[in-house]
Amino acid sequence: MAGKKTLTFALMDAPYESARTTTAFRLMDIAARRGYDIRVFAYEGAVCVPFAQQTAHPNALHGRDAEEENHPLPKDWVAALMTEAESNGGSVDWVNCGLCVDERGVADAIEGVRRGTPGDLWSMAGESDNTLIMGTR
Amino acid sequence: MKVLQVIESAYRATQEEQDDTIVWISHAMKGAGADLNVLLRGNAVNYAVDGQDASGLAFSAWKQTQPPNMARDVAGLVDKGVEIYITEEDLAERGLGGAGLVAGVKPVPRAGVPALFAAHDQVWHW
Repeated sequence: MAGKKTLTFALMDAPYESARTTTAFRLMDIAARRGYDIRVFAYEGAVCVPFAQQTAHPNALHGRDAEEENHPLPKDWVAALMTEAESNGGSVDWVNCGLCVDERGVADAIEGVRRGTPGDLWSMAGESDNTLIMGTR
Repeated sequence: MKVLQVIESAYRATQEEQDDTIVWISHAMKGAGADLNVLLRGNAVNYAVDGQDASGLAFSAWKQTQPPNMARDVAGLVDKGVEIYITEEDLAERGLGGAGLVAGVKPVPRAGVPALFAAHDQVWHW
């Protein structure tokens, strides 16, 4: 694909704590729709984003059961991002910081997520056209 | 590729982590062959101040035996050949203009930060 790019994103925020995670996914979704190769290094709380045991809940305030509420689960965003990238000739390589996973007990990630080290962030950035850091504030 | 790590958010879970997570990842990436330097700005300038003591955290019988030591970890980066820059105005605004800093840390004025950015291929703002 002409103009195909490789982009690295470093995420730090845990799910449901900050709009930065949603913003990161908006950007990555654009990249996935363009068939770019996306590299993600999830650091600290962001390793919980693809945690497989996330469960949707009902919302009594909205008067909706779990199915109607369709509560967002970030693990589903990761899976959708992977599917979208692949369908457009791109890819998502999602690396969870291994030590961050261990201290949080969230090793059960969805399929396609792999465990890595800060060295992976460095190597991914070196292979990319650019890198965006989404640090925690 | 040469990267400037800009560290601004400070003391974020340092007691839980026993370190600053970005100082830590800078150490780890340097060990993996990274060519990087660090700019401490905002509240993070305090990381380069000598004489900090974060010991004493205890909850009932639980005691933290290995508290974070930011000055030690910054000095460790200097020892590894990482250039540590620190914004002079951020030091002065916090009354740290005359504080003893970790040896090797390089104060820069804010006006000098764009040139610092330009001297690196990428700027990673944590």
